[in-house]
Amino acid sequence: MFALKTALPAYLRDEQARIEEFAKQFGLDYYPTVFEVLSYDQMNEIAAYGGFPTRYPHWRFGMEYEQLSKSYEYGLSKIYEMVINNNPSIAYLLEGNSMVDQKLVMCHVLGHVDFFKNNFAFSVTDQGRNPRDGGAVRKWVDTMANHGAVVRRWSRRVGIERVEELIDHCLSLENLIDPQQPFEKAREPVGPLASLEEEDETPEEPRLLRVEREYMESFINPEEFVEAQKQQLAEEQEKAKRFPDAPMRDVLGFLVEHAPLDAWERDVLSVIRREAYYFLPQMQTKIMNEGWASYWHSKLMTERVADGSEILDYADRNAGVMQVSGGRLNPYKLGVELMRYVEDRWNKGKFGKEWEDCDDYAARQSWDRRTGLGREKIFQVRKLYTDVTFIDEFLTQDFVRDHKMYAFGYNPRNDRWEIETRQFDEVKKKLLFQLTNAGNPVVRVLDANHGNRGELLLEHDHQGIDLRLDWAREVLTALHRIWKRPVELHTVVGKRETALRFDGRDHSDKPR
Amino acid sequence: MSLKIDQDHSRFKAIVRGKIRENLRRYVSQGELMGKQGKEVVSIPIPHIDIPRFRFQDKEMGGVGQGEGDPGAPLSQPGQEGEGEGRKAGQGEGDHVLEVDVTLDELADILGEELELPNIDTRGKATIVDKKDRYVGIRNVGPNSLRHFKRTYKTALKRQIALGSYDGKRPVIVPTRDDLRFRSWRTDQEPVANAVLIYMMDVSGSMGDEQKEIVRIESFWIDAWLRRQYEGIETRFIIHDAVAREVDRDTFFRTRESGGTMISSAYKICAQMIEDEYPPSEWNIYPFHFSDGDNWSVDDTLLCVELLKDRILPASNMFCYGQVESPYGSGQFIKDLREHFGDEEALVTSEIRDRDAIIGSIREFLGKGK
Repeated sequence: MFALKTALPAYLRDEQARIEEFAKQFGLDYYPTVFEVLSYDQMNEIAAYGGFPTRYPHWRFGMEYEQLSKSYEYGLSKIYEMVINNNPSIAYLLEGNSMVDQKLVMCHVLGHVDFFKNNFAFSVTDQGRNPRDGGAVRKWVDTMANHGAVVRRWSRRVGIERVEELIDHCLSLENLIDPQQPFEKAREPVGPLASLEEEDETPEEPRLLRVEREYMESFINPEEFVEAQKQQLAEEQEKAKRFPDAPMRDVLGFLVEHAPLDAWERDVLSVIRREAYYFLPQMQTKIMNEGWASYWHSKLMTERVADGSEILDYADRNAGVMQVSGGRLNPYKLGVELMRYVEDRWNKGKFGKEWEDCDDYAARQSWDRRTGLGREKIFQVRKLYTDVTFIDEFLTQDFVRDHKMYAFGYNPRNDRWEIETRQFDEVKKKLLFQLTNAGNPVVRVLDANHGNRGELLLEHDHQGIDLRLDWAREVLTALHRIWKRPVELHTVVGKRETALRFDGRDHSDKPR
Repeated sequence: MSLKIDQDHSRFKAIVRGKIRENLRRYVSQGELMGKQGKEVVSIPIPHIDIPRFRFQDKEMGGVGQGEGDPGAPLSQPGQEGEGEGRKAGQGEGDHVLEVDVTLDELADILGEELELPNIDTRGKATIVDKKDRYVGIRNVGPNSLRHFKRTYKTALKRQIALGSYDGKRPVIVPTRDDLRFRSWRTDQEPVANAVLIYMMDVSGSMGDEQKEIVRIESFWIDAWLRRQYEGIETRFIIHDAVAREVDRDTFFRTRESGGTMISSAYKICAQMIEDEYPPSEWNIYPFHFSDGDNWSVDDTLLCVELLKDRILPASNMFCYGQVESPYGSGQFIKDLREHFGDEEALVTSEIRDRDAIIGSIREFLGKGK
């Protein structure tokens, strides 16, 4: 077997140097980027592994591979570009693609890498600072390979079946992480000493105001006040019994720390959790990231890179990437359009109080203050926003109307999916809901000693939409596998407060 | 070339195979399976194995899209957000359908394993042995007509690269004697067994489309299993209402006649066919008869019993009668058969209520290993 040749051939290396030069002129600031050329089955393999050369062993990657290679063989789809958030970044080109394709991909990739490096959400994937240049250390290729080694070692020791079964369960919990957690200050490992606290224990009696004269009692401490104080006391006492002391969204983290796990189980769970946090920023910035990369590939290709003979092929390819099929949102399209919209607004000075207050349609249409701040603004946006804040701040009524966006839903009366409305606020609300928490329900650990029986209690922060129940029950089974005691989830099913429970043998749901 | 993912991939496929088994019932009773039958391969839709998570209900969730249409207009491809390119033909529920190709042989094996079907005790020319050459490997010597060009080329290429005599600019490969590779074979000895399946079906007015579909699916699986068991297999088709005639496969499944039912007419042709063409000493004979159990008269039923007793059963390995439930049939025939042949092992009866009963029925027919 000869070594696989994946290094970039000379003519592509020259092209890369040329493109990087242009990208720098435009102010893109990216990690060094290594391009490799892969055959389609290598590409499919790496894509199945989420862009990495190695991951931990699990059938799910095999399933991805099966799907990718099947759809490639049947000509349904082809992966053009793949890039991983690593320093240096690693990107892949498909062997045998046309020169225009390769150039397009390189331009697109540089956009992504610039985004990885500069967007604040990605700072959570930093693994430290390089002492020499102060740059971020992101050696995720190595980390993923290490995770693979850890899981393989345990597979050999305790058996592949057991490890795989555990991974299946852990993956059911993969989305139970806290997007804010990486930004919170590291919690103090040890709190202030208990005896130094002002009130070391919750009081036995409700706190009432001191009364000097007895006849004043009902005025100083009126009945409502006494009641309120009593209730507060009861709550505090309830809380004191609780662990964790505040609801915790990092369910995975909680389990890693507190579930009764064997060493191998804890390792596997930690691996899943760490990788979940690694992939989180990519889910939080799907629209922005693709929008930003598409903005730059189109700018670079049309203004610098492509020559006259290539421009038609480029346009054709670009149209394919941007196409909206079946009325679904295409993150590439939405991202790039919104990015250009922001640029245009700031170029023409369409912002600030004066603009907001202007009701005159004609004036708004022809508004141009020649501020020319567009480029600067979108660079700022790529640094400070994620999809939720990006949409929240910049998706306007004009944009929704111009781009024919709508909200759709399921109509049970005729069993089909229908356009519900084109109302701006409805559309925006729905889109934001979909993006919040990367489309996952918010679930927190409430109590690890529920009913004083060591049972795990979780709550679903119900925002109007129910959980998919059959799956929720499966997840409870997975939780029970980890926690090894009965687990309960408080949620709402069909407008009724419900406790879903799994005690190790049976599922039950009873109204609360 | 071996890839790192091979292990995960084969693991997935093993699970899918398990998946096929678990859900076999479901797939067997899906008529669509027949439509996707290729030459040798059957495409089986396999559900993507979803990992359950806390998720919102799709139908309550809805989403945001882009395009033309007024409120109330239906969407063409609803539900999940896809990655452009149309990678998954999605349904609303997010049921990704993944198709896995399974060869007919594999499928029959899976069926056999699932139903715990015994291998069949063949009879006939069990003593006659046929020789068959199979190409199974590669060796270094052999006649030039069996030279394996690709292997030879590869060996030569490897040698030249190792020696450094390979010139990328002028890539000429000259194999030496040691580079030559030849196909090698093994001679297998196989007993020959021949089988004939004679399908008879009632096409009288009372057999509806659904009933015929059931017969079609069931005969497909019986075919698949018996083909796995026998080398050379022939199938014959007879349809009948009040009169019977032999037809080809296509007509067999399509014809819809109206009128009465004389089962004996089909049995007569079947008996004649066996006597003329398939001497039982050389053939394994499997007549299958599907009907809704409504015969014209008691006399005709008695005639059938006689035909079976005297001419068909003695010649056959097994006679299978499958009764499909229909709203019009009386279902009397199966009772008559059971009454007359209660203790006859070579006659198997089975009632097929609906599509889900097909699997059970196949087990009843083939579970005896005859």
